[in-house]
Amino acid sequence: MRYLPLTPADRAEMLGVIGAASVDDLFVDVPAEARLSGPIAGLPAHASEMAVERHMSALAAKNLSAGLVPFFLGAGAYRHHVPASVDHLIQRGEFLTAYTPYQPEIAQGTLQVLFEFQTQVARLFGTDIANASMYDGSTACWEAILMAARVTRKGRAVLSGGLHPHYAEVVRTLAKFTEDDIVSLKAELVAEADDAAVIAAIDDKTSCVVVQYPDILGRIPDLAAIAEAAHAKGALLVAVVTEPVALGMIEAPGELGADIVVGEGQSLGVGLQFGGPYLGLFGCREKFVRQMPGRLCGQTVDAEGKRGFVLTLSTREQHIRREKATSNICTNSGLCALAFSIHLTLLGGEGLSRLAAVNHDRTQALVERITKVPGVKLLNDAYFNEVTLVLPRDAREVVRELADRKVLGGVSLGRLFPQAGELHNGLLVTATETVTDEDIETFARELEGVLA
Amino acid sequence: MNAVNASGWRPSMGETGEAGEKFVTSSGDYGLMLEEALSFELGSSEKCGVDLDTPARPAAAGLSKFLRKAAPALPGLTEPETVRHYTRLSRQNYAIDLGPFPLGSCTMKHNPRLNEKMARLPGFADVHPLQPQKSVEGALEVIEQLADWLITLTGMASVAMSPKAGAHGELCGLLCIRAALDARGEKRDVVLVPESAHGTNPATAAFAGFKVQSIPATPEGRVDLDALKAKLGPNVAGVMITNPNTCGLFEPEMKAIGDAVHAAGGYVYCDGANFNAIVGKVRPGDLGVDAMHINLHKTFSTPHGGGGPGAGPVVLSEALAPFAPLPFVTRSADGTVHLVEEENAGEGHAQAFGRMVAFHGQMGMFTRALTYILSHGADGLRQVAEDAVLNANYVLRSCEDLLPAPFAKSGPCMHEALFSDAGLAEGFSTLDIAKGLIDEGFHPMTVYFPLVVKGAMLVEPTETESKAGLDRFIGSLRSLAQRAKDGDQSLHSAPHFAPRRRLDETLAARKPVLVWQGHLGEPGTPSLSEFGGS
Repeated sequence: MRYLPLTPADRAEMLGVIGAASVDDLFVDVPAEARLSGPIAGLPAHASEMAVERHMSALAAKNLSAGLVPFFLGAGAYRHHVPASVDHLIQRGEFLTAYTPYQPEIAQGTLQVLFEFQTQVARLFGTDIANASMYDGSTACWEAILMAARVTRKGRAVLSGGLHPHYAEVVRTLAKFTEDDIVSLKAELVAEADDAAVIAAIDDKTSCVVVQYPDILGRIPDLAAIAEAAHAKGALLVAVVTEPVALGMIEAPGELGADIVVGEGQSLGVGLQFGGPYLGLFGCREKFVRQMPGRLCGQTVDAEGKRGFVLTLSTREQHIRREKATSNICTNSGLCALAFSIHLTLLGGEGLSRLAAVNHDRTQALVERITKVPGVKLLNDAYFNEVTLVLPRDAREVVRELADRKVLGGVSLGRLFPQAGELHNGLLVTATETVTDEDIETFARELEGVLA
Repeated sequence: MNAVNASGWRPSMGETGEAGEKFVTSSGDYGLMLEEALSFELGSSEKCGVDLDTPARPAAAGLSKFLRKAAPALPGLTEPETVRHYTRLSRQNYAIDLGPFPLGSCTMKHNPRLNEKMARLPGFADVHPLQPQKSVEGALEVIEQLADWLITLTGMASVAMSPKAGAHGELCGLLCIRAALDARGEKRDVVLVPESAHGTNPATAAFAGFKVQSIPATPEGRVDLDALKAKLGPNVAGVMITNPNTCGLFEPEMKAIGDAVHAAGGYVYCDGANFNAIVGKVRPGDLGVDAMHINLHKTFSTPHGGGGPGAGPVVLSEALAPFAPLPFVTRSADGTVHLVEEENAGEGHAQAFGRMVAFHGQMGMFTRALTYILSHGADGLRQVAEDAVLNANYVLRSCEDLLPAPFAKSGPCMHEALFSDAGLAEGFSTLDIAKGLIDEGFHPMTVYFPLVVKGAMLVEPTETESKAGLDRFIGSLRSLAQRAKDGDQSLHSAPHFAPRRRLDETLAARKPVLVWQGHLGEPGTPSLSEFGGS
């Protein structure tokens, strides 16, 4: 077996040192009746690299990959061009095969990256500080609600109807068990985000309002107005960003008064990967730092006075505080954070703004052409790189028929909101920098065909 | 000092921190020991390593009131500068690619590169989670095939694939237990956790809304079955057991524990962090386990990446399977694989407790883990467990004369050898051994865990270390133990040969500096130059 270095002679010699007659003697504590006497029946034996590659490649070939066809899906996972150097760098063994930096003297590479990452996220979000990553946007969203409850000592969270329905479902699922009170507003097919409904739902018991920016339908809420209303009632504003590229163009949520900003960092560096691993982003005001979940990297000095970095404030964390920890999170998304950080370093501030402008331009081009298809209407007043189209019939069928015509033409609202029949004619479409004019033309022609 | 300084590095160059003329270079670098400034000190907002199109259109009118006033103050670098920045940083990391990484409970084994290659096939890497199912059948098959292996290897009824890491899997398992109790109409609010457990166990139980009660360990390093039985009652939802446990021992009474918990109406959660020791040797399903997470980043070797991503699928017993969260993948009678989501859950999975993540879980980890499993096969996985256990026992028996091994008399260990720092010279502790290992060119073992052993050192060599590699490690560990017994003061200032000396963690916590403050392209505060760097 190519991954196992011990030879039979090694094993025999080592058993001699141990004083055991056979390897089985090392498993004496396993009850005899439960011990397996040989390889589990019915499972294949080891296979060569070539054979495994053949098997996996055949499975991969059964999928229609996004790069092969005109592609317009978003809804919390965006297809951006990731520069080749990003994947090269994250595959350096020193990054790829290191553990959580528990021994800082020999983990300064990872730690400095985390410190840079935290700073990048904080600046992107307009927050004072950020942590070293969460699992993904949806779990970061739940952690933000828990943190808001700790900060405000209140337990009623209001979710905008524009929050990604998977995120809302994660929140509702966990709240069911923790008995937090969740007010979940309904999504509606209207041109503007549900700011007024969110504001109306805030009361004195509210710990936080959770607002996605841009929202799931591509609309852009007025965070400043919501923040003001929330703060007036002693509630926090949790802003959720599922498309960080948008922040190259629209104002950072922290600058608009958001107290906690969480998000999905997948857009930068990470890739689609059928939904994971992704990258949870988490930023907030500095005064909340001891209530934050997750790992934090901080600057310090070594015994010779040189600048260095360590994991810090770990008295919040499970390995120290156990059942009193702010969260149970341990392993997070370190390598995805590295990819995000490298991609953002390649872009720089102005590059990110330019990338955002290109995304917006591509989406304008899509809107211009696609709304000429008979029966297709644009919902949004404002949008960044994602809009909702209203079709004359259930968009789920339309998406499937488009896929048969080799166009991946967006995400149907029926897939996202199966219980809300009034949304089912909605089709969410995204155009990033990867979309060409030809892609748009093909999409429009095939959509005409499907709707004809 | 000469004993450890076999590298040719001259103490007179100042790197040992001892008396001697300090040799200072102009650049701040020392040969291949390279310092690296922060990207914020190197880059500027205008610099860019990506050639981007020029947008043809101004922003749409509807967007105008939302536009930001200025580009974010983020540093950019060109591609060569970026590659150099991160490559230089990478060299300040230790990694499994460089040598043994014997962190107990973490299973740092070799990460096969075929796994990386397969995960990057466009058919897996460039697929959107919400594409129509017909366009992602291969991806769903990967999930289903991996699920099938996990179910078979553990002897369980079902598996929830979506949890993102071990602690998230623990949460999934406990929520399945909550849902099962709710379905029975019972409110049980206590979870029993041994005091030797990973910190995530009590944290997860609290996170899931349970009260935690601790169970003591026996002097032999095992769960105290009588103490556990005494705590069982109508308020106990279940117990979280780590098996093999964090003392590196198999819990021989696992079945009896399960029987007692079940008889009292509770469920058994098993922390599967240490599954590497028993994969292919025993099935948790045969030991009365109701739920167990599997860290794909441990047993099935998906890379740890400096702190994730992980993946924590949870295998479930018949009793808990109906409550597994959405989404999950099933194979129909006609052989086709399909995804069960909110839309169609009512048809066959109406009792799902909800959803734990957006989308379907850690697909990139699933492709790697499946590749790993297919490469090893049933025979190879069994060999993995045997070699992992053999290597750990070899370390245990090769060092126990110098370093006390508190449970060595309990019999063989599983895949981890546990030592304590009892018997070192006055003022010497586990930390000195750990930092000394850094100078020896090794990553230290897990230190001060489990909490039930004073100055614990938990060594997990894993099966991918050769005998020659283990002998070198053992040589170093013995040398350090001897030096610590002899009171060698130079150990207190170790490491001497790492990119940094011991770091001031108290300062970091007392005055937290969590983000860089300063103007792009200039040294930050406090500046590198103040600290003697470049």
